[in-house]
Amino acid sequence: MRNQLSASAASDFIVQTKSDNDLIIGLAGNPNVGKSTVFNALTGMHQHTGNWPGKTVTNARGVCTYHNRNYILVDIPGTYSLLSHSPEEEAARDFLCYGNPDGVIVVCDATCLERNLNLVLQILEITHRVVVCVNLMDEANKKKIRIDTDALSQKLGVPVVTTSAKNKTGLPNLMETLERMLQHPSESAYCVTYPDPIEEAISALATYLPGDTLRYTRQRARKLLEDEVLPLEFSNDAGISTAFLHAKSLLRSHNFTQNTYRDTVATALVTQGEQIARDVVTFEDENYEKRDRIIDRLLTGKLTGIPLMLLLFAGIFWLTITGANYPSQLLSSLFSHGEQLLFAGCVSIGLPPWLCSLLCAGIFRVVGWIVSVMLPPMAIFFPLFTLLEDLGYLPRIAFNLDKAFQCCKACGKQALTMCMGFGCNAVGVVGCRIIDSPRERLLAILTNSFVPCNGRFPTLIAMISMFFAITSPYSSLWQAFCLTLTVTAGIGMTFAVSYLLSKTLLRGHPSSFTLELPPYRKPKIGKILIRSMLDRTVFVLGRALAVAAPAGLVLWLCANVEIGSQTILSYLSGWFDPFARWFGLDGVILTAFLLGLPANEIVIPIMLMAYLSHGSLTDASDLLSLKQILLQNGWTQITALCTMVFSLFHWPCSTTLITIKKETNSVKWTVISALLPTVIGFFICFVIATVSKLIF
Amino acid sequence: MDFIFPLSQLPMGQNATVLKILTSGTMRRRLQDLGIIPGTQIECVLKSPAGDPVAYRIRGALIALRKKDSETILMNP
Repeated sequence: MRNQLSASAASDFIVQTKSDNDLIIGLAGNPNVGKSTVFNALTGMHQHTGNWPGKTVTNARGVCTYHNRNYILVDIPGTYSLLSHSPEEEAARDFLCYGNPDGVIVVCDATCLERNLNLVLQILEITHRVVVCVNLMDEANKKKIRIDTDALSQKLGVPVVTTSAKNKTGLPNLMETLERMLQHPSESAYCVTYPDPIEEAISALATYLPGDTLRYTRQRARKLLEDEVLPLEFSNDAGISTAFLHAKSLLRSHNFTQNTYRDTVATALVTQGEQIARDVVTFEDENYEKRDRIIDRLLTGKLTGIPLMLLLFAGIFWLTITGANYPSQLLSSLFSHGEQLLFAGCVSIGLPPWLCSLLCAGIFRVVGWIVSVMLPPMAIFFPLFTLLEDLGYLPRIAFNLDKAFQCCKACGKQALTMCMGFGCNAVGVVGCRIIDSPRERLLAILTNSFVPCNGRFPTLIAMISMFFAITSPYSSLWQAFCLTLTVTAGIGMTFAVSYLLSKTLLRGHPSSFTLELPPYRKPKIGKILIRSMLDRTVFVLGRALAVAAPAGLVLWLCANVEIGSQTILSYLSGWFDPFARWFGLDGVILTAFLLGLPANEIVIPIMLMAYLSHGSLTDASDLLSLKQILLQNGWTQITALCTMVFSLFHWPCSTTLITIKKETNSVKWTVISALLPTVIGFFICFVIATVSKLIF
Repeated sequence: MDFIFPLSQLPMGQNATVLKILTSGTMRRRLQDLGIIPGTQIECVLKSPAGDPVAYRIRGALIALRKKDSETILMNP
């Protein structure tokens, strides 16, 4: 599976230029050094950023025009090194080696330059057309870390620029330096040197290898000598084969094994980076991290870590619920007025009644429902969540929960992919690429839909506020508590299922795990709130139009086209009804979930339309009247509870399923990812329904 | 004093020097990528609520390692 993944990742890197004049520039660097921020600032795009390593899993590309020339920037996923074999590192290496970039900007973290130099040196082995961009200078200044960039540039033999991409400082200089470098690439870029026997072996092989520069053939030789046999592309060449055998015997005569060779290479890179850093970086304040450690001791403390995490989430949920109330009501009354106006308008221009009804009760109402009920909570939840993300809290969640994941033989980084799942499960599934081990990645992919996504979250909130609210001044707190409980149930199920899968279908041991905890960063609050709110609004509206509007059309047809004496919708729901009753649901609910496969957002609108097609109420734009409709159709708290459970645990939406198919390359796992939550959902609903029938 | 102990036994707030990495394969690569080679100074900085993983200061970065991995890194005081 790993090979398939890396192959598909590598093919993403082939860049098409629009004209011969366009230049392809790779943006490389360690994880979480602000590559995406640099990328956004240069291209004016809005690639997702956040303070945690591994966000960028797909390679975004954008165009930056400077002095009338197009620079196509490719945002390569962050890697610590090019020596390992994770899919991202291979993809990054493939892009640098075979993607023919005209130049590479290596973004470094000024607060942690030494570690970053390791990658810089490895990239300098491949190409000398490099600009080193020392980013996060503002943070380094605050921590009193001084960097002598002139000395660094002199030592590396390539231009060095300092930036603070968040504040957009240093970027014009970066482009100017890049332009100059491309015109006159440095001839004296740093060359990593290895102990004598390795140098001899590299030289012996490198002269026979194809490549434009000695630098590049040396790197290829060094890489080839790691393995015992030549890859197919070279093994047919007699010259290369002989040179390879000669170089190998040279290494063997100096007692190098495959392992000691690799160790020596890694050590040479690290020590040379260390030497350079020693001469250019000075720490004027040794206690620069005091504040971070105090916060960390609270947020990851033995007694405080987990409770604070739950409290933080409950707090965000509370703000979401209370904050969304008013705009939600406002929007729904606006939409219901709008619908009346639209209907009157349609009638007045002489459209046939069925078309008026289709436009207003079909398309407009579904879109209106989604915008008024889905948008406000999401436009509040996500900015708050982004705030946590930019502060650097998400890796701490992974740190806190890793032990639990370890017990389930899974990877702690799964916590990060779950956080992404809140936004959209399809995004969460793609995000699982940050997990190295294929087995653990599969666990994370299969369980991602246990986190309620953007399309289900508001449904849960609506259910809670309709059926589980209490009449007390603390009602909103209670609702936040209920929501936290629901989300925790999803997380608990993630652990349980991961554990079971590790014991059955995906047997194995937890693999290597390293997680970088970045420094806390003060987010630009105002900017983030607005940016994230706009992004989310665009996302929800985009889905509303792309999925809900056509779905509204189909649904209206289902609810109004009659076959015999019944509409299609009532025929379907009547057929499912006896079955659904076993699980505390009814035919309409089950039909709604089935028809909601393209997008979970439309589940409640489908229910509404089905109920209304034989009901008397016409206006159902706010929650109060919705509750009336549901009660009229025999809903109880048990029905609501079962609907919530089923919303949390049922098949993922079609977009997510397609993404799972793409990421796993397997129909089998895609089917399992749909069956698993469905079976669980039905089972829990069955238990709830049966127990409640016994009690009441 | 010249005794050897695994990184997992390094007390909070203490420093020590890497002597040898015992693990092989992917994890060895990962550790080297992070700059852990013989001679590297490592400080134990932060314990997670369950006591595992533990976060270490390695070449200026804060890196969390699981106990089963930090047990394979031999240290010198």
